[in-house]
Amino acid sequence: MALTVHVDIVSAEATLYSGLAEFVAVPGIAGELGIYPRHAPLLTQLRPGSVRLKVPNQTEEELIYVSGGILEVQPDIVTVLSDTAIRGKDLDESAALEAKRRAEEEMKNRTGVMEIAKAEAELAEAVAQLRAIQRLRQQRGR
Amino acid sequence: MPGSREIRNKIRSIKNTQKITKAMEMVAAAKMRKAQERTRASRPYAFRVLNIVTHLARAHTEYKHPFLTRYPEVRRVGAIVVTTDKGLCGGLNTNMLRMLIGQVRTWQQAGVEMEFCAIGTKGLGFLQRMGANVVSNVVHLGDTPHLELLIGAIKVMLDAYSSGRVQELYVFNNRFVNTMKQEPWRAQLLPLPQQYRNEKGEVIASTAATGLWDYLYEPDAKTMLDAVLTRYIESRVYQAVVENMACEQSARMVAMKSASDNAGNLIDELTLIYNKARQAAITKELSEIVGGAAAV
Repeated sequence: MALTVHVDIVSAEATLYSGLAEFVAVPGIAGELGIYPRHAPLLTQLRPGSVRLKVPNQTEEELIYVSGGILEVQPDIVTVLSDTAIRGKDLDESAALEAKRRAEEEMKNRTGVMEIAKAEAELAEAVAQLRAIQRLRQQRGR
Repeated sequence: MPGSREIRNKIRSIKNTQKITKAMEMVAAAKMRKAQERTRASRPYAFRVLNIVTHLARAHTEYKHPFLTRYPEVRRVGAIVVTTDKGLCGGLNTNMLRMLIGQVRTWQQAGVEMEFCAIGTKGLGFLQRMGANVVSNVVHLGDTPHLELLIGAIKVMLDAYSSGRVQELYVFNNRFVNTMKQEPWRAQLLPLPQQYRNEKGEVIASTAATGLWDYLYEPDAKTMLDAVLTRYIESRVYQAVVENMACEQSARMVAMKSASDNAGNLIDELTLIYNKARQAAITKELSEIVGGAAAV
């Protein structure tokens, strides 16, 4: 059996995943991180995006959407503290599209630096949600 | 009929009290469900943050965040005391404050000075009566705790730790076990604990390696440690308050239920006495009439 690492994904409202995984891909602030068991200790911030998990004895990857947060890696445990995390299946595409449209509109209309930063963050979040949905669709199509 | 009027009045007054306690019981039951739900929902996050922090407590970080300082000698401690805003919740606050008093004695004997941050009216009143040094307080939190409300008072304590005025920081609150059971709870907030007790009360020790190691940071150590430690403090204090609120509503529901039951018993007993008195009066009257008739 392949090496596994314990993975916990929690949001402020619930535990989203708690169990073993052979491989985890996480959207880090500086790029996507692939984590195998026995990884060196690591702390990083997360971008909005989806966490992919390779669960033992399961061909399909688990997909969990996170909208930013913190990742801590220890050799035998990986913890994702998500600010809000939604399971891939619960993602509502129309809501994400709506959020994206709103964010883009706000970016056009407003000029304040803070507002632009906020709008950009919202946009990034919406885009990441959409990407998670698309990837979920592809998986199902296969 | 001597005394029967008094008994009737008494019964009426108890019935009125029972109406109030019943209403309070139902209100508490409704609020309890929400409060318990909130506690359960936020627990996983709180414990995962705590877990990370126990790892962090063993790391030799390149950036020394003030919260990572460990003071060699403890001369003064800070305590955040979470209590309810309102009474009528059984022995909840009393039990907690009794534990606090025990701890205060231990500190006094060790010659350690104390300062307090009171969350909730009951604790504030108690500490002030005790003549304790209360440096900050928040009261009237309402039914949903808002972090923004708490953070100001907590900041005073955190600054005291950062500046080295206090060398240890504790949180006292009630921990929610189930509707019938609440436990007074003391937890170390700073310096970062290397172990903690989980929701079942088991001690979970840090699994991180001992010795010299540090994290890899992205983007950099300062940003990351700031982010993690802010989340830690916020989630810890928020959790303490949320747990306490779940305890408050549960304890109040139970206390009000037993108050209503007691009122019911009292009414039954008084009704019995009232009826006996009434019957005795009737018997007496009858025998008087019979006696009177016989005499004629």
